[in-house]
Amino acid sequence: MESGEAFQPFNWSVGRHGSMFLKELKDNKAFYGVKCPKCGRVYVPPRKVCGRCYVAMDERVKVSDEGEVVVCTIIQFGFVDPSTGYQQPVPYGYAFIRLDGADTLLPFFLDSTDPKKVRVGARVKAVFEEKRTGSIADIKHFEILD
Amino acid sequence: MGKKVAIVGFGQTYQRSSRKDVNGVELINEAVHTALSDAELTINDIDAIVIGNMDHFEGVNYVDCWSAEGSGAVMKPIFKLTTGGTTGTTVAMCGYYHVASGMFDRVLAIGWEKNSESDTTGAIVTAFNPVWERTRFGGAIAGLAVEASKYMDNYGVTERDGARVAVRERLHALNNPYSQLHQEWMKGMEVDQIVDLLVTSEQNQMLAYPLRMSDMCPRTDGAAAVIFASEDVAEKIAPTPAWVVSTHNRHNYVFLGDINWDRNDTLETAAKKVFEDAGIKEPLKEIDVCELYMPYSYAGLKWMESIGFCGPGEGPKLVWDGVTDMDGELPVNPSGGVMSSNPIGATAIIRVGEGALQIMGKAGDRQVQKDVNYALCTGFGGCNWADVMLLGKKKPS
Ligand SMILES: [Zn+2]
Repeated sequence: MESGEAFQPFNWSVGRHGSMFLKELKDNKAFYGVKCPKCGRVYVPPRKVCGRCYVAMDERVKVSDEGEVVVCTIIQFGFVDPSTGYQQPVPYGYAFIRLDGADTLLPFFLDSTDPKKVRVGARVKAVFEEKRTGSIADIKHFEILD
Repeated sequence: MGKKVAIVGFGQTYQRSSRKDVNGVELINEAVHTALSDAELTINDIDAIVIGNMDHFEGVNYVDCWSAEGSGAVMKPIFKLTTGGTTGTTVAMCGYYHVASGMFDRVLAIGWEKNSESDTTGAIVTAFNPVWERTRFGGAIAGLAVEASKYMDNYGVTERDGARVAVRERLHALNNPYSQLHQEWMKGMEVDQIVDLLVTSEQNQMLAYPLRMSDMCPRTDGAAAVIFASEDVAEKIAPTPAWVVSTHNRHNYVFLGDINWDRNDTLETAAKKVFEDAGIKEPLKEIDVCELYMPYSYAGLKWMESIGFCGPGEGPKLVWDGVTDMDGELPVNPSGGVMSSNPIGATAIIRVGEGALQIMGKAGDRQVQKDVNYALCTGFGGCNWADVMLLGKKKPS
């Protein structure tokens, strides 16, 4: 990975389900999760094992690009994002989002810093980058609908 | 079930935002030296050592190796642990297990951190998945702010409720010379008045809604050491040893997005198991003092509910009623807690040490004014895991 001017020799694997997730984002602007055969939970982002049931998961399930804010904040303090080496532009809205059809939450940033809009229960929809590269950054942000 | 184990000594450094007068090894040595004096032991009496910090923070790995002269580990067995915020309680648990196993009679457990030498947020985020979670995560402050958002939404909790907890912590810290924050300006003011000031002052910067500066713990340099001894020697070393009645920890899921934001499941489950072991049915009545690892103010509301001191949504009333103040039914954090001093790798072992002091009657100006039979000590880590240790005056049967 690159970090500012520097290069860090990290090269993380996201596994087969994770690769599928990123490929679907890039090619189809679509979100795919994976469903536990035992408890039926749909995990987004997807991974191989349901820790609760301790069984392997293989059933891929399409979920919505819309969802609900479950927890949120507006980040106002400056810090360096260690993934990029750059100072984050603050303030920004940040939320854990439950996409419709998923059971787990996806952490991402929002298009708003309005305290009236950045709230628990707000409906949101993913906005994608024009040029997508197969990275989580292909999602520009989540737009608050109401 | 192994040997019974007690705490027979505790030492901590003066915790300050920057301890430039000592390096890491010397800071560790200060805590060890104080603990040995407290127990009237020498390093020759110590059979084994466990030590922990977040070496990512200072960017120096393998503290067990490079600090051997400061920790007293030269030619002794030493083990290192790193579990984030819980590091201190984890080294305490490990010290306990070492002695309970019957393999060692006297074990020194050390936690330390020099946050003035660190990039804490940069290091904290390395506990989280680089692809799915790190993007604009914001580290500990953001992680705690989102928890507060749900708690406030669920129960109609306000910023004043959070501030009320912060005021308690800072008032208690005024009694503790080891604590970093001493907010003398609060002295002699009404609690309501301080709360109003905190939630309206523009100087009290908003970090991540609803968390202002006053709702968060500081960054601290400090170290602490606890000496665990087996039942064969404990009573010979200390007149009133603080017995480990029970200890448990719990972890949950890989991603923060998997956890249940309505409840602190790990703390709830670990506490429940500890109370079950001790036969405690009504924690609020039966626990005499609590050193709760709370890195931010709203934890002093929600996590009180997780432990079972009150029902869901009842945390604010408990705190406003003064139940958790020094003279209340359940004094919480007589030391001033994490919000007044947070040398991360040491923070949780300070909770254990402070709990032990309360049982031993050695807490000085911060000693609670009642008989302490049970002290509950907790640790919390960023991926939402929890350690709980219950100390008691009576040797467990
Ligand atoms: Zn399952």
